[in-house]
Amino acid sequence: MDLGAFAEDVGVSGPVTIAGLGSRGGAVADVRCVHAPGGIEWIQADEMIACCGAGTPVAELVDALAAVGQRVALPDGGTVGGALAVGRAGIRRLGDGAVRNTLLQARYVSAAGEVVKAGGPTVKNVSGFDLCRLLVGSRGTLGFLGEVIVRTRPLPAASHWFSATVGEPFALFATLHRPVSVLWDGATLWALLEGHAADVAEQAAAAGLHPADGPPPLPQSRTSVAPSCVGSLTGRFVAEVGVGVVHGDAPPRSSASPAVAELGRRVKDELDPTGRLNPGVHVG
Amino acid sequence: MSAIAADRPTASPVAAGLIDELRAALAPDRVHVGATELGLYKRDASNIEGRASVICFPLTASEVQACVRIAVAHETPFVARGSGTGLSGGATPLDGAVVIVTTKMNHVLSVDTVNRFAWVEPGVLNLDLSKAVARRGLHFAPDPSSQQSCSIGGNVANNSGGPHCLADGVTEAHVLAVEVVLPDGTLAMLGGEEPEPDGYDLRGVFVGSEGMFGIATKVCVRLTQSAPAVRTMLFDFATVEAGAQTVSAIIAAGMVPAALEMMDQLCTTAVEAYINAGLPVHAAAILLVEVNGLEHSVATDVERIVEIARAHGTGAVRIAQDETERALLWKGRKTAFGAIARIKPNYYLHDTVVPRRRLPEVLREVYAIAARHDLLVMNVFHAGDGNLHPLLVFDKREPGVMDRVHAAGEEIVRFSVSVGGVLSGEHGIGLEKRDLMPLMFAPADLAAQAAVRHAFDPVGLANPHKVLPSAASCGDVQHVPAGAWV
Repeated sequence: MDLGAFAEDVGVSGPVTIAGLGSRGGAVADVRCVHAPGGIEWIQADEMIACCGAGTPVAELVDALAAVGQRVALPDGGTVGGALAVGRAGIRRLGDGAVRNTLLQARYVSAAGEVVKAGGPTVKNVSGFDLCRLLVGSRGTLGFLGEVIVRTRPLPAASHWFSATVGEPFALFATLHRPVSVLWDGATLWALLEGHAADVAEQAAAAGLHPADGPPPLPQSRTSVAPSCVGSLTGRFVAEVGVGVVHGDAPPRSSASPAVAELGRRVKDELDPTGRLNPGVHVG
Repeated sequence: MSAIAADRPTASPVAAGLIDELRAALAPDRVHVGATELGLYKRDASNIEGRASVICFPLTASEVQACVRIAVAHETPFVARGSGTGLSGGATPLDGAVVIVTTKMNHVLSVDTVNRFAWVEPGVLNLDLSKAVARRGLHFAPDPSSQQSCSIGGNVANNSGGPHCLADGVTEAHVLAVEVVLPDGTLAMLGGEEPEPDGYDLRGVFVGSEGMFGIATKVCVRLTQSAPAVRTMLFDFATVEAGAQTVSAIIAAGMVPAALEMMDQLCTTAVEAYINAGLPVHAAAILLVEVNGLEHSVATDVERIVEIARAHGTGAVRIAQDETERALLWKGRKTAFGAIARIKPNYYLHDTVVPRRRLPEVLREVYAIAARHDLLVMNVFHAGDGNLHPLLVFDKREPGVMDRVHAAGEEIVRFSVSVGGVLSGEHGIGLEKRDLMPLMFAPADLAAQAAVRHAFDPVGLANPHKVLPSAASCGDVQHVPAGAWV
């Protein structure tokens, strides 16, 4: 994918912001806004990878992958670039892994207006420092994603939600083999089990789970705690068991240590010395 | 493995103050300057030798901090080292570096069996961790072939892989947090038990940074549930291509086996003579496939995989009948390198990744390259990942053979990258492939990597002159010793 025009849009000086579909906060107000190119370049099902413009809607990629029996571990909604730049997983994180593990290669436009490549197109790759990890979750403050190669996975044969009434989530959690999602609101546990239909049914029966329509509605706010804290949450919440993401009421978080905050500032200063990319957005 | 002496100037006398300060900070018996120790630690498991001035064995993070601060105060580079099993010269000390060995920091600190993670010190051996949690039905998923001797700290530094990374991912996906001594001696916790810590993913970029971003002193690793059902299958093929095509066909059919490993005939023959596992030595290639999970999915996958292998002309279908047979089949794979000594005394192991669909042509080219350079090559590799490990075997006493080994190696790497592959799948760049980085990365790409290195280590004393070619690392001195083949 030619990123020349996108790089030219970003330019070499002056504040600039980027927006996808605006579903994750969108552009910084009152700053010149650019958009990454969209469109799927290719899907290689036998390599379990796909390449697309960062501006591609997640839904478009999901549909195209479904046609070849695969999927990608990105949360629903917005664009692929937005999902990666924000880096917050959906409720399937327990089974799918973090969003950061989805990105294999990125071509992004740097603060200097150059197209830069990070990572490589294979799952196993230890060629140089892994800048893809830094880009995921950096909210467009280190570079603007232009084209990405993401890892894909086969769709499971069966995928079903179940639930059970439990006052404590961990005992039931321990009996499940690699569940894809386990949610708990203090009284009810929901589990998403995937794989061979007979395995799913047997596991659910053995664990005393009953078929459910789907996950519960999630409270708006979202935070993350150590997964061991999930059992002692109070108030109105839906927590991701085994992960630690809490939707709803959660204890306040401790802020990053001074050493980590300083290191983060140095990374930002190195990659965007004038602070022109998404000015005002603070990661940390 | 061959060792080639570095063509370096005679060691300059080490500042006495450096040694004295290190002895005071640690303990005299954990700071070594004897010729024997300096000789032992002048290289890792590669054949690239450097020069160390002092070897330190800290027990705690604060002792690591002291080592780093003292080295920096004396403007001396420092190199972290685990078990020294690295194959790219990543832990080779250059320019009289202070070597900081983490093998004595080898405790499993805590295990959370409910949420499935453990805090470990960096010197804990990979396999020891899996053994320690096995009775809880858990294991540490990355399993390099050196897992009996490689350390978790080294796995973090190299973002190590292994046969089972096809399904479960490489080390980076299994590290939740790393406590590190930064290159200025500050202690920092990168990442955390919580899934989405604030700030940039410094944890993620630290993993695989080959000791150039600091030294890990404590690691929080994810533990993986061991599967209730496991089946290991062995197929054999009349051509390497048929084996490689079987690999692609399995993945294309929507299955992700726990492992997909291939060995060619020369390798199989050597291994069979070594362990007597009843391997089909007549076959051009054998394929070891392991599936795991719950009983029904495993049974279905076995059925489908056998069908695919038959469609690609497998000669025999061997399914391990019990744990003993399964262990025997894996022993064949994991002892391949030891077996090779029966063919020739020395070997050079390469590591590249290519798209799976290009495996047949890349293997053909690997054989052609070896033939052109009059060398024997064996292939034993992670076929499911497209992760090739061509093994050039030779006798280093043969005049001029090292030049041919190095030339052939470089051609293999160049060809792998030219078909859309990468320089290294799991061994890292270190010194070995440092100057090949431009095959994969443009100057702007390398400058971005150098910028991040500069953020972590503005002074540049943490394992300098590795990974980034000199033009990108703000230095103009060529520090690669003789013995590196690039």
